Amino acid sequence: MTAILELDGLEVRYGAVPAVRKLSFQVGKGEIVGLIGPNGAGKSTTLHAILGLVPAHAGEIRFEGRSIRGRSPEAVVRSGIALVPEGRRIYAHLTVEENLRLGLAGRRSRDLESLERDFEWVYELFPIVQEFARRHAGTLSGGQQQQLAIARALVARPDVLLLDEPSLGLAPQLVDVVFQALAAIRERGVTVLLVEQRAQRTVAFADRTYVLSNGELSTTLGPGDAGDTDRLIAAYFGR
Amino acid sequence: MNTIQTLIDAMTQGSIYALMAVGIGLVFGVLRLVNFAYGQLVMAGAYTLALTNGWNPALSIVTCFAVVIGLTMTMEVAAFRPLRNASPATMLVATFAISFLLQSIASLKFGILGRTVGTLTGLNRPIGDGRLLVRWVSIVAIVVAVIALAALVLLLNKTSLGLHMRAAAADFRTARLLGVRANLVISFAVLLSGVLAATVAVILTAGTPYVTSDYALRDTILVLVGVVVGGLDRLWSATLGGFAIGFATGALGGFLPSIGDWPFTSGVYLDSAVFGLVILVLLVRPDGLFVPRGRQTVERV
Repeated sequence: MTAILELDGLEVRYGAVPAVRKLSFQVGKGEIVGLIGPNGAGKSTTLHAILGLVPAHAGEIRFEGRSIRGRSPEAVVRSGIALVPEGRRIYAHLTVEENLRLGLAGRRSRDLESLERDFEWVYELFPIVQEFARRHAGTLSGGQQQQLAIARALVARPDVLLLDEPSLGLAPQLVDVVFQALAAIRERGVTVLLVEQRAQRTVAFADRTYVLSNGELSTTLGPGDAGDTDRLIAAYFGR
Repeated sequence: MNTIQTLIDAMTQGSIYALMAVGIGLVFGVLRLVNFAYGQLVMAGAYTLALTNGWNPALSIVTCFAVVIGLTMTMEVAAFRPLRNASPATMLVATFAISFLLQSIASLKFGILGRTVGTLTGLNRPIGDGRLLVRWVSIVAIVVAVIALAALVLLLNKTSLGLHMRAAAADFRTARLLGVRANLVISFAVLLSGVLAATVAVILTAGTPYVTSDYALRDTILVLVGVVVGGLDRLWSATLGGFAIGFATGALGGFLPSIGDWPFTSGVYLDSAVFGLVILVLLVRPDGLFVPRGRQTVERV
């Protein structure tokens, strides 16, 4: 496995309080890797550290073999890592199309032909994004906004896609839509790091799932562990 | 006749204030910084025009733009950038300091007596036979304001840089997470505010050619009040607020008797009347006059 994203002894502190402690893991090219754990385990903090939103107190963050620690968020994103943020962070007063175009800010290639292909693919994946292109994004339902947020990250054509709780607050059938989209995204060769609360579903879906507890890596689970509820619960609560 | 004249003058005042409001609103949008020193950018432009009096007017105006833009960008690099993560109160106090610093420098360098700008005095002539006292500068101010605002709307709505600016103004952190370059967007907004300040300097000196170190200071205070009353968190509401207070000032100045004791003699009681209106608006619509009800995001009072 060639690691495309690698954390090596990452430590993040908020003041004196450690949020992430000595966290090391690797995400291989083309993999879907899950990151689960209870509230406050440090999942979002880990994503924020990768993106340069919070400074790493110690340790290394490497993307394609090069350190990206200390870079500004826009520099990280422009180097090929896109984020679907928690709470979707859609611009309610902009149109759906404008929201989608904002995703292009992180795109490296300026080739128009590949741009058109990517838009077609995204429209195929999420037809509502094309259908409601001229609407204000604030008028979309939560599930539609989530689809827009993923579409917006995809038009940046990232090598690695980070998702921060994409299924939060969604109805079950919309959760299916999100996970189906993730499968299609993997087929495209995009590497996915998925932070989720839905532990069982994530473990079953991802190639590997890291369980965080109190800012530390407690266990690594494979798809086979998804059926083992006891093991899952034990890992989740760090017992 | 008099009414029309007063209304046109009020429109002129409103247009100039609208331009200043956009300049202040653009920077507030991306930096959450209220630039109290905005008037001193106009002042610097006015002095530049006064000091280049003998030059070809076009060259004089170009120099004015160069000086004001240079000063604006110096402000951005030397003050705004180091304070980017400071609290809004710190940033406001810093711009107060810059404002007084620039006024003091102007007093020391050019004396307290002031200078007169002769660049565009032709614009001060009345249109037509002189019965209606509408000056050319009134028309020029309104036309320039309309063109500048239209250009800005096009820029914000039709270009990707404009889209990035709107996104950054609404939610800066998310914009950066999408790859929007923070420094570029901020520098561009500050640059535009400088261009607008230089434009205001040229128009303002055509109508009010006598330049002192406190030039445009009162206008800035009125515009700041106007943008707060209009609603600072949206560019268009801030612009309308600037226009409204300019219009109100111009209209009250025209309609109030200039001599007599009561109710409000213009010049003496003009500010009282304007700020009385402002207090009334803030009591009735604390969210901002032009902000839709129930959409407050920035605390005003």
